[in-house]
Amino acid sequence: MKDNLIQRYSAAERINHWIVAVCFVLLAISGLAFFYPAFFWLTGVFGTPQLARIVHPFVGVVMFLAFGRQFFRYWHHNILNGEDIKWMKAVGTVLKGGEVGDIGRYNGGQKAMFWVMCACMATLLATGVIAWRPYFAENFPIPVIRVALLLHAASAVALIASIIIHVYAALWVQGTIRAMVEGVVTHAWAKKHHPRWFREVTGKK
Amino acid sequence: MALQSLDIQRRSATPTATPQVRGPAEVAKLIDVSVCTGCKACQVACSEWNDIRADVGTCVGVYDNPIDLSAQAWTVMRFSEHEENGRLQWLIRKDGCMHCSDPGCLKACPSPGAIVQFKNGIVDFHQENCIGCGYCVSGCPFNIPRINKEDNKAYKCSLCSDRVAVGQEPSCVKTCPTGAIQFGTKEDMKHVAEDRITDLKRRGFANAGLYDPEGVGGTHVMYVLHHADRPELYHGLPANPAISATVKLWKGLLKPLATVGIAAAGLFGFFHYITVGPNRPDEDHHEETRS
Repeated sequence: MKDNLIQRYSAAERINHWIVAVCFVLLAISGLAFFYPAFFWLTGVFGTPQLARIVHPFVGVVMFLAFGRQFFRYWHHNILNGEDIKWMKAVGTVLKGGEVGDIGRYNGGQKAMFWVMCACMATLLATGVIAWRPYFAENFPIPVIRVALLLHAASAVALIASIIIHVYAALWVQGTIRAMVEGVVTHAWAKKHHPRWFREVTGKK
Repeated sequence: MALQSLDIQRRSATPTATPQVRGPAEVAKLIDVSVCTGCKACQVACSEWNDIRADVGTCVGVYDNPIDLSAQAWTVMRFSEHEENGRLQWLIRKDGCMHCSDPGCLKACPSPGAIVQFKNGIVDFHQENCIGCGYCVSGCPFNIPRINKEDNKAYKCSLCSDRVAVGQEPSCVKTCPTGAIQFGTKEDMKHVAEDRITDLKRRGFANAGLYDPEGVGGTHVMYVLHHADRPELYHGLPANPAISATVKLWKGLLKPLATVGIAAAGLFGFFHYITVGPNRPDEDHHEETRS
């Protein structure tokens, strides 16, 4: 590896991330098709409408398992601390391109995103199982299924909006995509956005 | 393509207008519970006309057989024993789709054209468009649609839309030996019901009345009940059926909220990028940080 590069994500982590990402895109497309009548044609992503209804939950399970692996990889990096609160309070400065706080591996926004994703994923799995026909739904009372369908749609919308922010943040902060594609970031990137993490991995000031 | 006599009023998951020009009269099936003897001829007629055969069940200690609606049993007689003033009343209700004016199944259905409501009021399932998600089951305030295990498609009473389209009454009406089931325009059926209710009141059923619940905009299957003040007596017939608030929220308010939320996230990103611009590390390192 070149001197000015730091390994941020291993190959296993990258593969794990992209499994979740591909599943998410397929689920979002077919899910929006079930949610918005005008987008019903998006069920075509799985061939036919009925196939979309059959395949969607299985892809959901794959996404949840892959995300579960990510959860155990990253949860301990995502405990909020004082610096993160400072970051969140000064998010306006951050959005103008400024840096706030002595940020470690992840900043307050990334940590908040992590926990939002965890909450959405858990809700989607639980409600998805309750509404899953023909395997599980008939074991639940109809009023429970109604609530599950509402929560499933609401948490899916929250997750889709969050992922748009997640993707945009990666595009906006140049050099970030490389971390999840090639696995590396530059010293300059790390020093600017994650100074504490930079010191920890390089031992430099 | 529906027959002209079955012009479509509403179609599932279809936000644009359906044919509006012709305006056929609304029909209704009137079930006079006080005249029903529970012979189940209607169940047999339904099974014959629609070519559906429920499994021969086992006796579980009540007369109900089959014990519940299914994809092969679109109507079943519900027998309830009710004691009042030291007298036993055997309340028998023919259960099945009520053909609501505001159908919860149709509201919940995500598949265009899987559920239609004809101008005459009949709510019909078109199984070729059904994807088997079961949303109709959650949407229905009467717990009527059933998913078939073999093809994963939803089924329920069609009010014999195929017979009605060619000027015939539903098969259960045709076969009913006591005249407890009648069929005609909704207006006519209300008149018939009025006469029956007057008669029942004269015979001591002071609370006799018509079941045509407002909460679902009225129904195209109506009951004459001796105890219209307590419809629950008739095997849990809901007193004030309406589409669940949860379903309304899911199919109503959540959609514009979702649109605004998702669009806001996307638009924020776009405008942020073209106003603030990308966030790059120090200029000295510019070259090495291209992603």
